[in-house]
Amino acid sequence: MLSCAVLLALQLQAPPPAAASGPRLEIPFTQFTLANGLHVILHEDHTVPLLTVNVWYHVGSAREKPGRTGFAHLFEHLMFMGSKHVKYGDFDQLLEAAGGTNNASTAEDRTNYYIDAPSNALDLALFLESDRMAYLVDAMSPKTVDAQRDVVKNERRESYENAPYGMASIEIAEMLYPKGHPYRWPTIGYMEDLTAATYEDVVDFFRTYYQPGNASLVIAGDIDPAQARAAVEKWFADVKPGAAPVPPIDYPHANLTEVKTKTIHDRVQLPRLYLTWLTPAHLEPGDAELDVLSLLLAGGKNSRLYKRLVYELQIAQDVAAVQGSKALNSEYQIVVTARPDADIARIRAIVDEEVRKLQQDAPGDREFRRAINQIESSFYDRLERVGGFDGVGDELNAYYADAGNPGYFNEDLARYRALSPADITAAAARFLPLNRRVELVVEPAK
Amino acid sequence: MTARGSFLLSGLCALSAIVGAQQLPDRSKAPAVGPPPALKLPAVERRTLSNGLQVLVIGVHKVPAVHLELAVRTGVGADPPSKAGLSSLTADMLDEGAGSRSALEVSDAVEFLGADLSTSGGVDAAFVQLHVPVARLADALPIMADVIARPTFPDAELKRLRDERLAALLEMQDDPEQLVRVAFPRLVFGSQHRYGSPEIGTAASLKTIETADLKAFHAAQYLPSNAVLVAAGDVTADTIVPLLEQAFGSWKPPATPKPSSVPPARQLTARHVYLIDKPGAAQSQVRIGGIGVPRSTPDYFALRVLNTVLGEAFTSRLNNNLREVHGYAYGASSRFDMRLSAGPFFAGAGIQTDKTPEALREFFNELTRIHEPVPLAELEKAKNYLALLVPRTFETTRGTADALATAWIYGLPGDYYTTYADRVRAVTAADVKRAADKYIQPDRFAVVIVGDRKTIEPGVRALNLGPLTVIEPAEVFK
Repeated sequence: MLSCAVLLALQLQAPPPAAASGPRLEIPFTQFTLANGLHVILHEDHTVPLLTVNVWYHVGSAREKPGRTGFAHLFEHLMFMGSKHVKYGDFDQLLEAAGGTNNASTAEDRTNYYIDAPSNALDLALFLESDRMAYLVDAMSPKTVDAQRDVVKNERRESYENAPYGMASIEIAEMLYPKGHPYRWPTIGYMEDLTAATYEDVVDFFRTYYQPGNASLVIAGDIDPAQARAAVEKWFADVKPGAAPVPPIDYPHANLTEVKTKTIHDRVQLPRLYLTWLTPAHLEPGDAELDVLSLLLAGGKNSRLYKRLVYELQIAQDVAAVQGSKALNSEYQIVVTARPDADIARIRAIVDEEVRKLQQDAPGDREFRRAINQIESSFYDRLERVGGFDGVGDELNAYYADAGNPGYFNEDLARYRALSPADITAAAARFLPLNRRVELVVEPAK
Repeated sequence: MTARGSFLLSGLCALSAIVGAQQLPDRSKAPAVGPPPALKLPAVERRTLSNGLQVLVIGVHKVPAVHLELAVRTGVGADPPSKAGLSSLTADMLDEGAGSRSALEVSDAVEFLGADLSTSGGVDAAFVQLHVPVARLADALPIMADVIARPTFPDAELKRLRDERLAALLEMQDDPEQLVRVAFPRLVFGSQHRYGSPEIGTAASLKTIETADLKAFHAAQYLPSNAVLVAAGDVTADTIVPLLEQAFGSWKPPATPKPSSVPPARQLTARHVYLIDKPGAAQSQVRIGGIGVPRSTPDYFALRVLNTVLGEAFTSRLNNNLREVHGYAYGASSRFDMRLSAGPFFAGAGIQTDKTPEALREFFNELTRIHEPVPLAELEKAKNYLALLVPRTFETTRGTADALATAWIYGLPGDYYTTYADRVRAVTAADVKRAADKYIQPDRFAVVIVGDRKTIEPGVRALNLGPLTVIEPAEVFK
């Protein structure tokens, strides 16, 4: 449930190696805001006769109250339980009958929803999406809350409690953040809080955070923008504006001053080491540098940690390094799964040695260029699909949420292209102090 | 700049409000959906290189990138009896040294181009895929050709990959979801049938595989006459085929393909319950089913519609029953895994531990109810859902290449995707019932459960589904 490590997307010229430059890609869009505050972004692409309707509500688990963790995600499930003019079950039934699919996800800072459908189903998709934005609670009852509460508890069992290493992320967050910090609790929530959530909580959350002024809507794909605009204006005309704008988030800032260590046991056979640092928020200085650092450490066979631990010494089964970019601050994490008889202390010492080297000496030109070239190519790849999670529709909303500009693709890529090898070293030295971080080891249960 | 910018003016907003006020939406019923748009697929250009390698080129011009997918007709059926995993390990080893490059050099060269090269061995085919910006295609193709035609299979790399697989097999025992995925086919197909063991092999079989085995397997199976190369992306046949000829033309191994196959498995004859203990597990991972059908089944479309109703779509009966109505699971589904030979059919879910018997009863209720004629509205919904999935496949270069490679592997006709929607729509309720009667026989299914034995065994036994055998996790990995 970490947000995407690198919310790249996009574009442009193919980079050197050989000095050739590829064609420039255009991602044209238009945007406008309805009187009720809903921001709308339209993007045309006729590759296949499909469209996506993608809605972001700018609220996630970070806004939850004490004793109600997991609520934003439970609420996401409730959005599929029917609304005033859409009886329970019809949301999915009507869409599938039209050849559509849908999904949603909740993170710390946002909740996103998409409907992918053939392009003849635009009105149906907007009818469903607008009805739940306007009239969700008219159809809500304590019984519907209970039904999804059980589903969400099973999601927690499946993805956390019954999954190998599944509880690690929950432990780490509690070590990283002080009490009251919005990233301290898991998006999936604590079991007892899921039990405690009430119907009244649903109504309150809906009125506060699911107002149109706290949302943005993308329609992308096989559309006529003028028709799509008219359809949006029609279907969202009766969505009432919120009573009061969502206030800025207020929270105790996190700051690590030492190394915090913990060992937990799980029903696994391979031990695993997690090293985690608090790092700059998405798009802040240092964020792009740490994405590049991740490729230098753990992207491909020649990356430094992979090469030493997995390829040469063969004391690790896998290694990952990721800058988990978020709105308030990010988390940088290095994860190493050990081979069955390998020594975690030795692995940690080697990780530190490699991080220290990159804190002192700039990476070589070729390895740096290799990382930048991979990032540039990943921008192409993210433009292929319009719908679904991480499709172009979702990316337009992500950039609007994070940068205030759906067309931030170019600026985002420019962040990476502007970097030099020395910038990576400076960021590694500044943001990954070896004496201020969280270390969690998962050991096999006896 | 790509952004056209916003014309976000208060005047326009006011105008929106007025327009909106004049046209309040009619919410009394869901808006009608007109006829579905037609999917127009770009033409597939078919060529053959001088060495006999078939090439399929299809234009996808949105992004200046191309996805190349080589599919070789080989798979687990070509594994020698004591060397399960050889086919898959050979595929994995292709890029661990090729031509004049070491494993590290192959990886460095590919990544420096901003390209992605992957090799994988599946049940019915091995794949080498290259995703690359068009501007880098000419630089990347020789590396791909080396990986396909001139892998070097170094000893040290084999040892490393083998050890990784042995550790991966241990990891699979830790994860109830993975464990049931291995246990179910073992208990349905048995240890003697190739589908009864993991594609990646077993600890015992992997230890017998030497580089000589890889070289012999490659020489016998990786042949231009036994493969197809699909190119999907911002290219045309005229621009890419000369590059392919240059890169692949010299790939002319002397061998002729030796067809491999997996013999049909014997269908189960009685229901049997298998329980694998995971003390303290929060959920029971369950799979229920038997031997399904081969991909060549004449009942393909009837079975796809049947399974959409039963357990494929979100609104399918299994998901609706176990997730929405009862809240026993986060999701439930079913699947016919169709291969060159008959693969498994199964229904499954992760069920909260204390509801395991209740959930099993619901599974069998649905596996029984599917034999009644499917109501018309439910049938139409499933058919539309299925028919309109096709355009999604062709949205990306990779999806497009996969679709063409799949059609080649299974010998599907040239008009397969363009006639797909019509063939789905032609399925009747009678067809679905006939397929259900023939292929869904719950009284012969195996029931495989990975869960907390102490809590669930009494309730499961009380259901009287059939004889119950407790299995050790390690047993299904032998």
